[in-house]
Amino acid sequence: MSLWEYANPTRFMRLTDRVLPALVVLTGIFMLVGLIWGFFFTPDDYKQGSTVKIIFLHVPSAMMAINIWAMMLVTSLVWLIRRHHVSALAAKAAAPIGLTMTLIALITGAIWGQPMWGTYWEWDPRLTSFMILFVFYLGYIALWAAIEDPDTAGDLTAILCLVGSVFAILSRYAVNFWNQGLHQGASLSLDREEHVADVFSTPLYVCIIGFILFFVTLVVLRTRTEIRARRASALMARERQG
Amino acid sequence: MIALLRRDLALALRSGGGFGLSLAFFLIVVMFVPFGVGPDSTTLALIAPGILWIGALLACLLSLDRIFQLDYEDGSLDLLATSPLPLEGIVVMKALAHWLTTGLPLTLAAPLLGFLLNLPDAAYLWVFLSLLVGTPALSCLGAFGAAITVGLKRGGLLLSLLVLPLYIPTLIFGAQSVVLVVRGLDNQTAFVILAAISLFTFALVPFAAARALKVNLK
Repeated sequence: MSLWEYANPTRFMRLTDRVLPALVVLTGIFMLVGLIWGFFFTPDDYKQGSTVKIIFLHVPSAMMAINIWAMMLVTSLVWLIRRHHVSALAAKAAAPIGLTMTLIALITGAIWGQPMWGTYWEWDPRLTSFMILFVFYLGYIALWAAIEDPDTAGDLTAILCLVGSVFAILSRYAVNFWNQGLHQGASLSLDREEHVADVFSTPLYVCIIGFILFFVTLVVLRTRTEIRARRASALMARERQG
Repeated sequence: MIALLRRDLALALRSGGGFGLSLAFFLIVVMFVPFGVGPDSTTLALIAPGILWIGALLACLLSLDRIFQLDYEDGSLDLLATSPLPLEGIVVMKALAHWLTTGLPLTLAAPLLGFLLNLPDAAYLWVFLSLLVGTPALSCLGAFGAAITVGLKRGGLLLSLLVLPLYIPTLIFGAQSVVLVVRGLDNQTAFVILAAISLFTFALVPFAAARALKVNLK
């Protein structure tokens, strides 16, 4: 019994069929609890007022935006090395979600930036890197859309994802060199000095778990759709021949 | 490999498109900037290094889809792939040929176009040097993008979307190594990192490009 057994589409479908309802329920619970707690049951910050509450959308979406790319990198590698179709399809399924998360992080950041920094947009390294990440997602999704043969598309997007990752990280440090920032450092860290207060961090953790579950649910759903679409096109091809 | 390089160079020179066109494009971009931002020479001097870098980068982009497209269409890429040369070597030679016909002329033209933008005196040398060191990375990344999109019928626009984000680090360090000099600061770090990016790109990206070509030639 190993993880690789679920690389088989049929097994994957059977497993996710059973897990999916639980995932949906858990996502709902964590998102509702985290967001309602965050928005209505936390005090206003003494400096930032109630705008601080946007953190419950901003931080989780920003974390997901980066981690979804990392997940795509791993699944792309698995596809290139072990040729498991589910892996390539999961990467394909994850990309639009990552794009949306990047967009949410950028938009909530702009809304937060206006009252705090007095500007919606600033060419700050963190903001700029997210803009860059956004463009990388766009290119990746466009490449998937452009190639008809699914295996070729899987191969080429996986290679693009590998090279893109290297250059995305390079860009991340390049923009640090290029401009000093307004953005604060990490909001959550083991280092107490940098950490936000506990009243905020506990609901924030709940929100983050909610976002992760939300992402997993969406990816599973979208991967199942991709597998079904693949099966449907295979059936249609067979019918045309027969 | 040398024969391949010479063949590509001869093709590029005699077909008469590539190299003149990118130079003309570069000239037009540089000429358009004063139309866009106004003819004030202090403003122009301020933005000149960035404009020269962006102009060269866009001009470089124009001829990328030619790197593999023609050879793919007439089948000579299949012949090259089955030859004893490793595919990675072919990619490097193609990128080098592209650089010699595009990057190098652009590098030579950039200081001349600097006159039009009232480029500060100290910057001429560094515009030249930074482009000389940076444009090979652009050609090599371009070869990677071209390898990925070679099988597509209308890959041109997609190619730009894929390649431009990869150009960001090169552009930042390239433009910075000029801008810092203009501001009277030390540009050594930026320039060394720019050189590192070029070398790194030439060392690793051909492997990815060769893999992509293999997929497309399957």
